[in-house]
Amino acid sequence: MEAFVFIVAAAMVLAGAIGVVVRRHPVHCALSLILTLFGVAVLFIAQDAQFLAVVQVIVYAGAIVVLFLFVIMLLGVDKVESLRIEPLKIQRPLAAVVGVGLLVLTGGAVLRSGTKTAPVVDSVVKDQPNVNQLARSIFGVNVFAFELTSVLLVVAVVGTMLLTRRPGRGGSVRVSTVSAVPGVSDGDSR
Amino acid sequence: MILARMQPTTTWYLLLAAAVFAIGAVGLLVRRNPLVMFMCVELMLNAVNLTFVALARRLNDINGQTVVFFVLVVAAAEVVVGLGIVVAILRRKPGATADDIAMLKG
Repeated sequence: MEAFVFIVAAAMVLAGAIGVVVRRHPVHCALSLILTLFGVAVLFIAQDAQFLAVVQVIVYAGAIVVLFLFVIMLLGVDKVESLRIEPLKIQRPLAAVVGVGLLVLTGGAVLRSGTKTAPVVDSVVKDQPNVNQLARSIFGVNVFAFELTSVLLVVAVVGTMLLTRRPGRGGSVRVSTVSAVPGVSDGDSR
Repeated sequence: MILARMQPTTTWYLLLAAAVFAIGAVGLLVRRNPLVMFMCVELMLNAVNLTFVALARRLNDINGQTVVFFVLVVAAAEVVVGLGIVVAILRRKPGATADDIAMLKG
């Protein structure tokens, strides 16, 4: 039964991943990404990581992909990308070499190391739910890192607001990082 | 039935994660739409997350799942900043691909 779940979820993950790469329409890519994320969530549940599976669905499929879709919709970049055009002739073969090389190297490392590694830290208490154990780890040992992530999120949000605001409309502070760079300056597109 | 008796080992999960990581890397190199390139980065992050969870179960170590939690947070922040940059660039240069954003080239 567990093998059946794994095979179905792995098929979802791989089909979605290949779909992200080969679909020409960005919206289709985003939907393929959702398929992959759900497959990964299923695999998380199969690996006794129930909390992470829920977070995966809510944060990734619910927030990040929706953000992608919003950007695609708002900017109108949903043009079909022609996969035939190759600006650099050698790019595709090199990408194939990199992909196969990564697969062979990582897969070989996994197969060579096998399952001989002994358990180093035995921090999982068997009779406790997954959420309790994770909470103990996040809010106990790693509470400082947890607090730092809040700083990171605030900085990311403020930085994004500065990046995406239209310059020179009412505000006294004029921060426009991108237009300061030649090549994408305002005069370039108008 | 053979499938009913087989138990998926950690190696299966690690191999699947390696495959997804390689697919994401190829997509990042091949695609030119910046949004799709971001999606490929998400694929690679998910592959790493899967590795962490599989090894957390294998080694009986809950800290692997803690790392995945932090990776999720950092991925969210990364997507917010990255999409902000993409929006800022595409607003000034509609239809820009990754090849058009080459002014940092020396």
